[in-house]
Amino acid sequence: MAEPEALKADDIISITRHFRMQWEEAQQAHVLLYPEGMVTLNGPAAEILTRCREAKSVTQVVEELQQAFPQDDIAADVREFLEDAYANGWICIERAG
Amino acid sequence: MQTAGSASNGQGNPLWLLAELTYRCPLQCLYCSNPIDYAKYQNELTTEEWMRVLQEGRAMGATQLGFSGGEPLVRKDLVELAREARRLGYYSNLITSGIGMDEPRIAALKKAGLDHIQLSFQANTPEVNDYIGGAKTFERKLAMARLIKHYDYPMVMNVVLHRQNIDQTEQILQMAEELEADYIELANTQYYGWAKVNRSQLLPTREQVERAEAIAHDYQERFKGRMKVYYVVPDYFEDRPKPCMAGWGSVFLNVAPDGSALPCHAAHQLPGLNFPNIRDASLHWIWHESPAFNAFRGEDWMKEPCRTCPERAKDFGGCRCQAYMLTGDAANADPVCSLSPQHDIVLKAIDEDQVVPAADQLPMFRSNKNSRQFVEAGVR
Ligand code: SF4
Ligand code: SF4
Repeated sequence: MAEPEALKADDIISITRHFRMQWEEAQQAHVLLYPEGMVTLNGPAAEILTRCREAKSVTQVVEELQQAFPQDDIAADVREFLEDAYANGWICIERAG
Repeated sequence: MQTAGSASNGQGNPLWLLAELTYRCPLQCLYCSNPIDYAKYQNELTTEEWMRVLQEGRAMGATQLGFSGGEPLVRKDLVELAREARRLGYYSNLITSGIGMDEPRIAALKKAGLDHIQLSFQANTPEVNDYIGGAKTFERKLAMARLIKHYDYPMVMNVVLHRQNIDQTEQILQMAEELEADYIELANTQYYGWAKVNRSQLLPTREQVERAEAIAHDYQERFKGRMKVYYVVPDYFEDRPKPCMAGWGSVFLNVAPDGSALPCHAAHQLPGLNFPNIRDASLHWIWHESPAFNAFRGEDWMKEPCRTCPERAKDFGGCRCQAYMLTGDAANADPVCSLSPQHDIVLKAIDEDQVVPAADQLPMFRSNKNSRQFVEAGVR
């Protein structure tokens, strides 16, 4: 009955296996494809998930994005999105250590 | 940022292409939703024709592709089609009974880039499984489930529920756990095709439905984070209809084995609609221009009570095929809806069909022989 726990800063995350993210010309957007479903991603979501293609820690993802968008303070938004993405099963974690 | 993922909206284009590769199938399920006159669809599309369908569908923006049937493994060109699907950028799903699969085949499908396999079981025991499917398949399905895991596919199990197996919902869920399924879909029978013919054998009681639903919800909690449990409600027992196909000609495009294009796989039976064939027209014309795909698109076709109902954007008036089958007019509200003036048809079916069928009401298995009888009698 384990409710998935909240993400920790050093959790190693990546896009869930068997999910595929790709650019859709017809929609002019990135989409995430999975068994029998699809979500259309908006710009920020695509930026974040692109950085989750390879396994890395939550902190690393936030840092990479902060570097790419230095003008805004985005850390809280990114974490919030990752929490949602995790709850939706789009990303999964391997607990560090 | 929370608005990151909007649920899919086709923006006027099909998102889902369902390729019913063949109506041939080694099983004979009592609940099969294939047309009862499937025996007359002999003239299957060739590999090249299917390739063109895949290409045109993808060019229109479809992302999800289902290989279904019948049993798609019957087609010798399945690996070739899966390879083309991957090349085009589809997320491809194989919807199968597992019969016709073996290790070399699954290895070839994996290599070709098939994304996902949905394996159906008819029940959790060989006795019921093999009876409902009309063939000895249980052991082979178990072996198939293991192969699917072994080839690193997400294991998506599907079991259609009805009176004869719904009391085993818990055991079915436990079997899914043993087989390490990633997803289990418990889909209550929808009464189309053969299921409609066999409704008196299949329709569960209200009590059975309530028990099964409670168990499914309990296991959704228990399996959280490990296995996703989908429970598809039996619409006869609801007050509102399902938003069938997310609306006619909205996101689903179904191509039948003979190339006829349909907004849903059960639509063959609707009278007065001339379903276009991909042999005669482009998918683009079929989707956007053909009269059949426009017949129930949007809301203009609606009658009361749907026409002015505040819920019409949510359920699109339900299912056209069900409206036709049960009320005789496809433009009526789906009689599952309690606001439909014909809702009593559904209530009556629940009352009458849940009485154990009389001895003279024999099950009608989905077989070539039985189907030819329907063809000869002109029933569809
Ligand atoms: S429901 Fe059964 S008989 Fe019908 S296509 Fe599927 S496996 Fe074959
Ligand atoms: S009346 Fe029609 S639109 Fe309204 S809830 Fe019933 S089926 Fe849906």
